[in-house]
This record gives sequence, structure tokens and C-alpha cells, in this order.
Amino acid sequence: MKLELGFIKINDVQFSNECAVKDGILYVNPEDVKAFVYDHDDCKAYIKSINFDIAKPGESVRITPVKDVIEPRVKVEGPGGLFPGFVANVDTVGSGRTHVLKGAAVVTAGKIVGFQEGIIDMSGPGAQYTPFSKTLNIVMVCEPVEGTKQHDYERAVRYAGLRAASFIGGAGKAVEPDEVKTYETLGIKEGIEKYPNLPRVGYIHMLQTQGLLHDTYVYGVDAKKIVATLLNPTETMDGAILSGNCVSACDKNTTYHHLNNPVVAELFEEHGKSLNYVCNIITNENVYLADKQRSSDWAAKLAKLLDLDAVLVSEEGFGNPDADLIMNCVKNEKQGIKTVLITDEYAGQDGKSQGLADSDPLADAVVTGGNANMPIVLPPMDKVIGMLDYVDYCSGGHAGSLRPDGSIEAELQIITGATNEMGFNCMSAR
Amino acid sequence: MAFRVVHYINQFFANVGGEEMAHIAPELREGKVGPGMAFETAWKGEAVIVNTIVCGDSYFAEHEKDAKEQVVAWVKEINPDMFIAGPAFNAGRYGYACANIALEVKTQLGIPVLTGMYEENPGADLKDKILITPTANSAAGMRKAAPTMAKLALKLMKGEVLGASCEEGYMPNGIRVNFFEKERGAKRAVKMLINKINGKAFTTEFPMPNFDRVEPGKAIPDMSKVVLGLATSGGIVSKGNPDHIEASSASHYGEYDIEGWDALTAEGWETAHGGYDPVYANENPNRVMPIDVLRQMEKEGKIGKLHRYFYSTVGNGTAVASSRKFAEEYAQKMLKAGVQACIMTST
Repeated sequence: MKLELGFIKINDVQFSNECAVKDGILYVNPEDVKAFVYDHDDCKAYIKSINFDIAKPGESVRITPVKDVIEPRVKVEGPGGLFPGFVANVDTVGSGRTHVLKGAAVVTAGKIVGFQEGIIDMSGPGAQYTPFSKTLNIVMVCEPVEGTKQHDYERAVRYAGLRAASFIGGAGKAVEPDEVKTYETLGIKEGIEKYPNLPRVGYIHMLQTQGLLHDTYVYGVDAKKIVATLLNPTETMDGAILSGNCVSACDKNTTYHHLNNPVVAELFEEHGKSLNYVCNIITNENVYLADKQRSSDWAAKLAKLLDLDAVLVSEEGFGNPDADLIMNCVKNEKQGIKTVLITDEYAGQDGKSQGLADSDPLADAVVTGGNANMPIVLPPMDKVIGMLDYVDYCSGGHAGSLRPDGSIEAELQIITGATNEMGFNCMSAR
Repeated sequence: MAFRVVHYINQFFANVGGEEMAHIAPELREGKVGPGMAFETAWKGEAVIVNTIVCGDSYFAEHEKDAKEQVVAWVKEINPDMFIAGPAFNAGRYGYACANIALEVKTQLGIPVLTGMYEENPGADLKDKILITPTANSAAGMRKAAPTMAKLALKLMKGEVLGASCEEGYMPNGIRVNFFEKERGAKRAVKMLINKINGKAFTTEFPMPNFDRVEPGKAIPDMSKVVLGLATSGGIVSKGNPDHIEASSASHYGEYDIEGWDALTAEGWETAHGGYDPVYANENPNRVMPIDVLRQMEKEGKIGKLHRYFYSTVGNGTAVASSRKFAEEYAQKMLKAGVQACIMTST
């Protein structure tokens, strides 16, 4: 499957009376976006109001509680549309051409659903830990209708963000991109014929699936309900996988991460040179032992069926999913498939405790996104988009995290994307 | 004023002699001797070696107690800012002496200590207790080791926070420290994978941790007389979370009185846990802390009696060291109250 990504470089975002991209500036009309968002039953029923704001890199701005971050994109050629099964119909995506508004992002925020949302600081010491201090953020603060149940609120805000990003992405449809990159993986037989001497590599992509604010969706399906299956890597670039989670925001994959999956990108960099990138195997992280066994069995079975020589496994979350991670590793290593893992650690504030909840000597090649328990102090910001009311209750916070002067003392895990386990960041630990 | 350092070396590096002079007892010399020169060059006047202690390797091995006493006495008298031993490279007895004398000085006098040696030197077994700079396996590695050790030593004397082991040049010591790599994680992972596929050397960023395995207690054949305690890492707390137990990385546990409760209700109880969907636990907290069923069993005489309090914390992202601390404390409370068995629920 072959996809062309056309990158339209966005240098600034401004509110306007139209949605358009001109000379690298993205103009957004909040009223038009709102109208598109509200043309959906859940958004209509459960979202009382949406306030739009813009946050730019370097500004003294804090966004919280952050739920999801989404990159605006639009399908230009080929079947389907962005976020199949959610915004577009369920056609198989990942071929043809897609335009990306590079540098822009839609951020959903608002009253918390659980204890789990995160913080994005646009400047100061917190900014270096989140990739979203470097994007031009169109922030939607969504207020629920009174009495809305948590699951309904989460779903409605999820839809609101996806719909807004799709709508805004539409502004890039007719724009000539600054750069076009082509991504292509081959069929099994074709790949073996073309790269007879290259090792066959797959990507086992673990999806967080533990319930409210811990869910991930694939073509509209709740990934709790899938068995391990195959995706062409390019399908992820059109929104085949999207986020319904931000619990302990540091190591949850936002929809932005899924669209810009760094493992996919780095495997493509080596594709045809040092390896033959065959496909992605997606699997879940359900809480029941039987599910863990089945899903890891299936992921390993598919890897064997595809005659893979090696797999790269990325985890999402920590604790309970560490068991899935180790199962995925051990089952592949035992059938002779060389395995590398990407994870993060919860080694305690002093860094002295064991950082994973499960381990095995076969897991001898591990990349880490760092220790999420590391304490940090975030100085006060001039402006808060969203609300600070929940800082003490979010994962990584504690009673008194929010200090009277507006500064925050917390653990790194409260920062959106800080210890990402797709290897999105440079941070590590030793 | 420059920082003051005491340096420990063996007979060989002091140019006294080789194996034939390894028996010499510790001697105290003024200023720098041998490899101390390389440290002072790197310090550029910010620190000086005020004294060098020379000790034969065999002497240390055969009279460890005496050697330690003598060295510690001198160092105490000199009262330096820091104590450096070696580097010992791959010399086994010298490495053993460096690591052990450094640990002794650290323990007795509380000043910063540093040594250096090859990773397979037996002295490196103490790397979790003292800082050890990894070096080459022969003295030819001095040129590289000296500036690394000198820089690290200066940082320690200035009381600066240490970065990760690979940045600062000390052997991983079990304390995980965050830092920024030059390449993102996905690129590092793909490179590691290519090396692994091709049978080339690679280094994991995260050696698998060692686990405490706790044996469950023996089965109790007759529960009908037993006082049963309850504990959970599922975060069930009184409504409103009065103890402010954190949603993740809990810093404490709570003790909750269940006197008069036949079951936990949504009105009185909730979960503070941020790691699972809280909706179902909040609807019916007995799903995590099964007071309803246990009260029934108490009534039926299947268990003797429920302990009046249960203990609860949040397991989500909580360090093992914290969990151990909590349990050590509340286990004592239960023992004091005559609890004979405990059910621990998790989520």
C-alpha cells in the first residue's frame, strides 16, 4: 500500500471569519468549526459550550486538563477519509494522498472525566517534556451539559476534537504542499522478491484498552473488542487508530501520536535499506488474564505466520500493561523472533524502585522514555486555558500540588506525552 | 579557595614497585603522587590533592581492618572535601581495595567518594554503594578516565545534582535518572533492533529489574475463628477522599472504619485510583473491597470476625519502596489488633 503525505507548513494560526491556509498561515473560524462539531448527536446532547483559544510556542500559557491532541489532516486522493469509522465512512484508508497541516494541532480540554488528564505548558521547564509546546495549538475547552455521565462526556469530547481537526484539515485540501513524502510497504511475496536479503521486520503496536479514558479505537471499533490483527503502516497516517485515553498523560498516545507514529516513521527510514518493513500488528492491553494471553498469543502467531525475523514492540501505559509487554516479548523471542521493546519506568521519585511491574531475562533490548515519577516544579503562567481546579487530583498530582502562586509541584506523569512509549521524544533514563 | 582532596593509590602507581612491594603498609604523603597529576591538570586550580595515601595491595587484602582504620584516621584528621581512590583499571586486588576503602570513608566520615575501574573488576560489585567511573582494562585508559573522574569529583564537591550515569560517567548504580538523548526513542529502538538482528553489540537502556517475590502465607483450614483483615491497592476510600490519597504514585495509605457497615455504598465510599475506569467501582465499591460478601460470611460463621478497619492505597504508578513502607506499617497495626489473616485486593 502506498500513501503520499503532503506537508503544508503552518507558521501561524489566527482566528478569522473563514477557515483557510494562506502563505503558511492557518485561519480558523470558530463558528464554522463549532457548527461542524455540533452536527453530531453526542456533541449536541452532551456538550454545553465550546470555547476556542490559541496557544503558541513560547507563550506563558498552561493548558489543562488536556484530553487529546489531534493533527489536522485531509484526504486529497484515494479511498476513504480521515478517522474512518468515526468522522469518515469505514473505507480502508492509507493509500492515495493526504495533506497535513504541519505545525498545527487541535487540543481538547475541559472539566475532568476521571483523575487522568494532563498539562501542556507552552514555555518554561515543563515545555521541554511535551511535544505539544512546539505546535500551534487550537484549544477547545468543552463544558459538559449538567448531569452528563462520564462515559458520555468522554465520547462527546472525543468526537468534538476529531470533527474539529477534520474540518480544520479541510482547509489544506487545495493547497500546494511544501514537501511531499511517499510511504510504501509491499505485499508478502512482492516484498520477499524485492528484498530477498533483508530481514523481515514488523511493528507490534500495543493499544491501551482498560476502560474509560483508557481506550483506543480502530476504524470505529473499541480496541478492547479486537483480536490482534494487521494494518498497513500507512493506514495509521489517515487516522485508522485514534485515542480515547489520557490517563497518566505522560505515556498515553494521543491521536496526534498515532497519526505521526515515530516507530512507523523510523522503520520507513530503514525500509529497503537495512530491513524490510512488512506491516504493523496491532494488539490490545485488556485487564483480564485470558485476554492478555489470547492477544499476545495472536500477536506472536501473526508474527510467525508472516515469517518475521524481528519485531519492535511499543507499550502504552504502565503497570497492568507491563504484563502484556513482557508476554509479547517472551512469546516472540521464544519462537526466534528478535524483539526490541519501548517502555517507560515508574521507579519512584528517588529512582530507586523497580520500574516495571513485570520482567523477564529475554527482554534484553529495551528503550525507555524515562522515569515518570520524577518530581518537577512548573512555575506559574500568565494565562491558563481550561482550569486549574483539578491539578491536585490528576495522576501525578497530590494534595497541595497547585500552590497559592499558581505554580505546580507534581510528578512528570502529569505532562501530556512526557514519557511517550512510541519513542516520540528524546528523553530516556539510566 | 580550592577544594581539598585526599587520593588513595597502590604501590605500583606510587612508583614504589610491583608485586614485590605489594606488602607495604599505608603511608601518608604530602600533595599529589603519580596519577594525581592528571586530576589536578583537569581541575585547573579548582581543587588540589592535599595528601596521597599509598598502600600495598597485599597489605590491604591481608590487613583490611587495620588498613581501613589507619586510612580513615588520616582522612578524618585532614578533613578534605572529597576522597578519591584509584583508578584501578583491571587490577583485581587494587580495585577491591579502592572500592572498599572508599565505602569505608563514605560510611565513617560522610564525605563524597569516587573511584574508577574496569567494569569486570571485582571491586565493581560495590557500584550500587559508591560512585565508580568505568574505565578501560589497563592503565592506558588513564588519559580518558582522569578527566571524567575529575569532572565528576568537582560536581560532587560543589554539591551539584548528578545527571544520569551515562552522562556523568559513573557505573549504573540502581538509581534511575532522566536525561535527554540526542535521538528520539523510536530511532534508538530501530537502531537497537538492527544491531540485534545482525548479531552486533547493543546495550539495553533498561536492564530488567530484580523482583521481590513474596511467598503467600500457608492456607488456613478453619476460618471460622479467624479475625480477618482487609487491604487494597484499589483506592477505595471514604467519600470525598478525606486523606487525599493520590490518583497515581500514592505517598500514603488510609485507614477506614467499617464498624456498622453491612456493605459499602456509593454514598459513603468511592475510589481514588486513577489507573482504571472508576465508574463501576464508584457505583458499587464492594466490587473492589468486598465488604458485602464478607459481612455475609461473618454472619454465617464462615469467618470469625472482620477487623474493624481496612487499609487502602492506590497502586497506580506507586513505587515498590512506598508500597513496602505502607504495608510494613499497617501490617503491624493488624498484628497488634489480633488479625490472623488478610485479604489483599488489587485492580
